[in-house]
Amino acid sequence: MSRVETLSGWGRWPKRDCVVDDFDPATDTPDRFNHSTITRGAGRSYGDAAMNPDMTFLGPLRNRFISFDPEAGDLVLQAGAKLSEVLEAFVPRGWFLPVTPGTKFATIAGVLAVDAHGKNHHAEGSFGDHVNWFDLMQADGQIKRCSPKDSVHLFNATIGGMGLTGHILTVSIKLRRIETAWIQQKTLPAANLEQAMQLFEDHQDATYSVAWLDCLAKGDARGRSLIYLGEHASVAQLPAEQRSKPFDYPAPKPKSMPIDAPNWALNRFSLKAFNYLYYRKGTKAPPVELVDYDRYFYPLDAIHQWNRLYGKRGFAQYQCALPLASAKEALLEQLDAISKAGLGSFLAVLKRLGPGAPNRPLSFPIEGYTLALDFPLTPQALTLMDLLDEITIAHGGRLYLAKDSRMTQATFEASYGDALTQFRALRRQTGAYDAFQSLQSRRLNL
Amino acid sequence: MIPADSPVLILGARSDMARALAHEFAKEGHPLMLAARNADTLSEDMTDLEVRFQAKVTAHDFDILDVDGHAAFLGNLPEVPAVVVSVVGFMGDQDESAINPDAARKVIDTNFTAPCLMLELCAGRLAELKRPTAIIGIGSVAGDRGRAKNYVYGAAKAGFATWLSGMRQKYVDSQLHIMTVKPGFVRTSATADMDLLGPLTDEPEAFAKKVMKALKRKSQVYYDIKWRAVMGVITHLPERIFMKTKF
Repeated sequence: MSRVETLSGWGRWPKRDCVVDDFDPATDTPDRFNHSTITRGAGRSYGDAAMNPDMTFLGPLRNRFISFDPEAGDLVLQAGAKLSEVLEAFVPRGWFLPVTPGTKFATIAGVLAVDAHGKNHHAEGSFGDHVNWFDLMQADGQIKRCSPKDSVHLFNATIGGMGLTGHILTVSIKLRRIETAWIQQKTLPAANLEQAMQLFEDHQDATYSVAWLDCLAKGDARGRSLIYLGEHASVAQLPAEQRSKPFDYPAPKPKSMPIDAPNWALNRFSLKAFNYLYYRKGTKAPPVELVDYDRYFYPLDAIHQWNRLYGKRGFAQYQCALPLASAKEALLEQLDAISKAGLGSFLAVLKRLGPGAPNRPLSFPIEGYTLALDFPLTPQALTLMDLLDEITIAHGGRLYLAKDSRMTQATFEASYGDALTQFRALRRQTGAYDAFQSLQSRRLNL
Repeated sequence: MIPADSPVLILGARSDMARALAHEFAKEGHPLMLAARNADTLSEDMTDLEVRFQAKVTAHDFDILDVDGHAAFLGNLPEVPAVVVSVVGFMGDQDESAINPDAARKVIDTNFTAPCLMLELCAGRLAELKRPTAIIGIGSVAGDRGRAKNYVYGAAKAGFATWLSGMRQKYVDSQLHIMTVKPGFVRTSATADMDLLGPLTDEPEAFAKKVMKALKRKSQVYYDIKWRAVMGVITHLPERIFMKTKF
């Protein structure tokens, strides 16, 4: 039975009352509705991508596992299952996700629909590169098997397609073998952006790499960073007493933000102090340490509802990808703009991206660098983000739809270019345009 | 401690909460017996448990309202379970059950009479085993105070909790542990048409993990911590004030 709930994305802005219902593929075929619908997974995209006031389907309970082939590592499961469920079942048996975003509480369908990338993008590509096939319910209610061989256009448009091509029902993904639940982490301090980028280029052979960046540092220290490299640890690399149980690790104590932080808690002084202390701590960290996969990949998941840190007003995450040739110039311009605006980001993350997937029209990564920033939702931050958009576009970059809650149609068209025409055409041809819409797709005229 | 290889029987295995609880037991290595009506339709859930946790799972036809068949059902199971979980429940339509005797009886029998009789029967068998065993009954906070919105269901759940409380005292000298669980709002298809209070709403998986922890520390009555606070206030409100609230 349908009901009304106030929904928002992980950034808690914008909020809208939406008619919601549980999704049952046996009865809820899109052709049954005379208005558009969107499927919502775990609600972990930041903006308005999984919200439709007319009908938002809640899907997380379609989470059954269907089969596993231990030779190939192929796992077939209903797309509402969360990454955490895959990890819980398969890490103890020596398997890991091929690609993972920074939260394990996203659903498989969600990760596929945003074509999520992880700390291994430079080597392994994005999530879509590890999908064998999926079943998609189209606007006419027909279920189509899509793979690199069958219904290729639909396969490519759906990976990164923000749920706008149909309901993703069942997915087959390829897991990767691991020997232990541990990551060998190496921390490398970089005094400025140039050094940080050089370290990324020098360590292209690392399995995982990512940098935390102090976006408030000025002058010669602009873009000072801590680069974290990671390798799956082998059994031999574990301390002797852990070798007999290589998949055991101390369970993280769940913490929670029970209430909203006051809006003034994050200001330029507290941010500056935090960033300074964080960097100093990093430069003193042991250069190599063993970290369990939970702490390495999902540090923020340990604090449930960390999004309340930004107070009631909510926040926006700004994530752009910049092409290799102009990345440095663009990043410096962006850091200057942030500093000039007197705004800082609590978390700024820099990552080297490998080649993108030009055949997937809405897939975000392009070869170069990606920067992700959080801003509390204030008028100044919105103005700053418009300015950052201009820099991104001028350098041939683009924004990540999974994080977006505010870019304009013009920004979007200027950055995704001709691929959009292709995506829009496919939506019209398959009836998806009328059947599947979100607040985001309406804002961007997708 | 109940050994990880001892079988677990789940009554009313089709619900989202039952599935989440089954996941937790399977993860620890327990073989599972899933009981529900039309057991042949549980095959997806069986596969799910096998693929996730390489669990040993069987499915069994079971109708909680067929009270006369309870003993035969237990006798025909392939093994005697060491843990019995009752996730049986039926909300019904409040307005209908308040005036229609058949509707009222269905709500009361499904939430109270039938599961209580079944668990009483199970308790006898489990206590006889003379080793650590457990019964988990899923009740509801709706049973702690009658609300205009759902008091027929609430009254039945109140009876269920009282019955289990009595059974707990009866078996206190045995190795049978009896735990009453009172979920608040868990996001399942059963609560789909209720207004869910966001922060007080749990996903079934998160809730199931808490239930397992509570079982390990041998809780008698388990509420989620947030609900313990909420219900602490609600159950202590004087009736003349409570009746005027809109909760």
